Amino acid sequence: MQVDLSRFRETFFQEAAEHLAEMETGLLRLEQGSSDPELLNSIFRAAHSIKGASGMFGLEDVARFTHALEGLLDRLRSAKIEPTPQRTDVLLEACDVLRDLLATSASGGPVPERMESALANLYIAQRAVPPPADEPLRIRTVAREVVLAHAPVYRVHFKPAPEIFIQGMDPLLLLRDLAGLGESAVADVDLTELPLLADLDPERCYLAWNVCLSTAKSTEEIRDLFAFVEDGAQIRIEAETADKAEALIPPPVAAAGLAGSREASIRVSTGKIDKLIDLVGELVIAQSMAKEVVGNFSLSRLGQLQEAVADMDRHLRELQERVMGVRMLPIGHIFGRFPRLVRDLSIQLGKEVRLQLEGEETELDKNVVEHMADPLTHLIRNAIDHGIETAEERRRNGKPGEGSIRLSASHQAGSVIIEISDDGRGLDAESIRRKAVERGLVAPTDTLSEAHLHSLIFAPGFSTAQQVSDLSGRGVGMDVVKRNVEMLNGSVSLETQPERGTTVRIKLPLTLAILDGLSLQVGSETYILPLASIIESIRPGRAQLSTMAGQGEVILVRGEALPLIRLHRLFGVPTRVVDPCRGLTVIVEHSGHRLALLVDELLGQQQVVIKSLEANYHKVEGVLGATILGNGRAALILDVAGLAQIARRASHTELVA
Amino acid sequence: MQTLGTATGQLSNNEQANQYLTFTLGAEEYGIEILKVQEIKGYSAITHIPNAPPHVKGVMNLRGTVIPVVDLRRKFSMELVEFNKFSVIIVVMVGEKVAGLVVDAVSDVLDIDSASVRPAPDFGSGADTRFIRGVASMGEKLVVLLDIDRLVTEEDVAAPAA
Amino acid sequence: MAKTVLIVDDSTSIRHVVSYTLKQAGFTVLEGANGQEGLAQLDGQKVDLIVTDLNMPVMDGIAFIQNVRSRPACKGVPVLMLTTESQDSKKQEGKAAGATGWIVKPFHPEKLLAVIARVLP
Repeated sequence: MQVDLSRFRETFFQEAAEHLAEMETGLLRLEQGSSDPELLNSIFRAAHSIKGASGMFGLEDVARFTHALEGLLDRLRSAKIEPTPQRTDVLLEACDVLRDLLATSASGGPVPERMESALANLYIAQRAVPPPADEPLRIRTVAREVVLAHAPVYRVHFKPAPEIFIQGMDPLLLLRDLAGLGESAVADVDLTELPLLADLDPERCYLAWNVCLSTAKSTEEIRDLFAFVEDGAQIRIEAETADKAEALIPPPVAAAGLAGSREASIRVSTGKIDKLIDLVGELVIAQSMAKEVVGNFSLSRLGQLQEAVADMDRHLRELQERVMGVRMLPIGHIFGRFPRLVRDLSIQLGKEVRLQLEGEETELDKNVVEHMADPLTHLIRNAIDHGIETAEERRRNGKPGEGSIRLSASHQAGSVIIEISDDGRGLDAESIRRKAVERGLVAPTDTLSEAHLHSLIFAPGFSTAQQVSDLSGRGVGMDVVKRNVEMLNGSVSLETQPERGTTVRIKLPLTLAILDGLSLQVGSETYILPLASIIESIRPGRAQLSTMAGQGEVILVRGEALPLIRLHRLFGVPTRVVDPCRGLTVIVEHSGHRLALLVDELLGQQQVVIKSLEANYHKVEGVLGATILGNGRAALILDVAGLAQIARRASHTELVA
Repeated sequence: MQTLGTATGQLSNNEQANQYLTFTLGAEEYGIEILKVQEIKGYSAITHIPNAPPHVKGVMNLRGTVIPVVDLRRKFSMELVEFNKFSVIIVVMVGEKVAGLVVDAVSDVLDIDSASVRPAPDFGSGADTRFIRGVASMGEKLVVLLDIDRLVTEEDVAAPAA
Repeated sequence: MAKTVLIVDDSTSIRHVVSYTLKQAGFTVLEGANGQEGLAQLDGQKVDLIVTDLNMPVMDGIAFIQNVRSRPACKGVPVLMLTTESQDSKKQEGKAAGATGWIVKPFHPEKLLAVIARVLP
């Protein structure tokens, strides 16, 4: 839905001017030595408001500029850096530039000349003072591969004498030579001494480098490289042993989304492998016994054969379980980053939050664990950003000033349940409903069940947050959380109580690869339907069948009209069963939506191993994957979400009877 | 079921680069690079896939992996024959994916050096010349050399454009 | 495009060895028998690298280097000194004058090329 925002531009510029004035007043007070702790916060918020709003109106330059402004203000208000006169100058100049920029944006003119240099100064001013000499060198994540290599790892710190350029030496050549010694990783450049552009002498070297390097060369050989530049330079070469090198690996950065940094290999404890080997051994024994009986078979040995087969069955199951277990990781693997996240966010947002972790040892499939990192991060951010109130507000409402968030994981009957609970302000049904009406998702007169209201929260683009928060700026909304969870064959739901808090509950299958399914027949083809999605199966009476305008065929079940999908038609499989009253109709459900599927008959319930269809073919809508049946044939596993999607389009296609 | 060796992308033997597995479709003889052939299977049950192009028969189970099966006769617009227990499926590697090709019968493994390969004349046999590398004359036989990567195209195994 | 190296040394044989080695390696070579001749070469053209001896008549290496460093046209040009083992203090002086590095005499032509590779991109 395209909304014409141009009428609001005038308002934006007015508000921006007000915020800008606030910023300047604040900065002047700061300069005069005001010790008001809230001052920096309010200056920050003013910049933040301009930034957020500018994004809405497509004012890219304003957004980019205020982003840098915000960055500096943020560091100041979180006391990572001090408000020096130099920095205040930079900020005041930035305000001037911003004023000009707003004017040119409004009139459509070119950006102010000073903008780029003011921008550069904003970034340079964010640099903190150099760390004390004995602080460990920072090493970028990229160094991971090098660190795990066999050759010894060195950390080299090189700060050339400022006159190095004048002496005709280019430090980059040294870095190049260092890199040539082995598998060099990363030169992390240290800009802390870089002055403001106006003070910069281009013939002086202000830079220093920290290099993480893997090489078979000795410390002396490395030092030799620096022979020409030793005088006046700071050179430190430290060798790391392999174990210490591991400690240098920073904690895993949150997986960059589903397509991102998933490792293609895993580490497995030798204990697990040993157990697997044992099991395979036992399986081989059981199998040879069965073979023996079969080889010398007589009916009297039938019992023995049955026993042998049962043995094999048992061992196979256990083998299956254990092989799956090889890919299991404790969820603590991703929980570990959250205490820090909570701490940083609480400080950033000025709230007091305590995080409780439970069930870190709960194991899940490695893929599942990795894919849950982002959704969980988002949910926690949400809880702190929107759920937990400020300490002040909480105390006013008789709650303890410190909010708490409980993140727990547990096994329950073949699934893993992950819960994120906060004792914040809960979700307001009224504002959800209002937002939904505003977004056109529901009509003003619709009555909504609580479940429906809650499911609206997971609709794309839905947010009741008053402020456009840039915390979730990477586009991870509740709908993405839901999609991610469902991609893992899981489900997400929430419970909330106004003023008491909200709990988001994620249910995930214990392993990705096994599904409890119901096999069904359509024509000559067998399909598998995930058991979890099935509500019931019925044989409707003629009175229940109907056609609705704009919706195609429907079946009336307990007063509700469910779209009817004829699988034989959808899949192009010839069958004699085309009358819903003769075949079987399976009612399935997906995120609150129900539909009815017409099949020939149900065959039975079975656990199937999910095989990828996409690996060698491609994704097919309505199909979740494939499996191999007991008879060796491939069968498709149906994806109810996909079928629901198809149903929604049903009124426009020939699926309509 | 014979395994004719796997191509791992690393040519260990220059000669292999010129070895072709030949097979028949009707009266004609075709060849594909041996390095792309993973194995040869006899008849396997094929499971229908919805909304697949007509020459994709469906998918089959290859030792636990599900792979698509292409009917070459249909792809070449030839007369269709019954898929039965005498049918042969050549399992090939196309990029990262594995697929099966239904053919009439497998003939031979031939060494065909590049000098003997001539550009394809206009056959009019329905085989799109896009995926014909060339033609080689082996004694009395004329073998049409296929470019397997073009033959089993993106369209066959990649997701349809949204 | 070939890089140009200026070799300044009062010893003809050394100049010949250096010149030959560098030309084989694809460099263009200019020569001077002392500091003054070196400067004269620099008047005429731009060079990418200077290799100079320290003990020379008329104008010695240190003075030469100081002069080179005062020339805007030579800004950033690497200067390598040819030194002998015992000349540590000379090395310091040279560095102070603005030299980039050194090569110890006697040197193998390979070594010359290796050191040059370190200071030239």
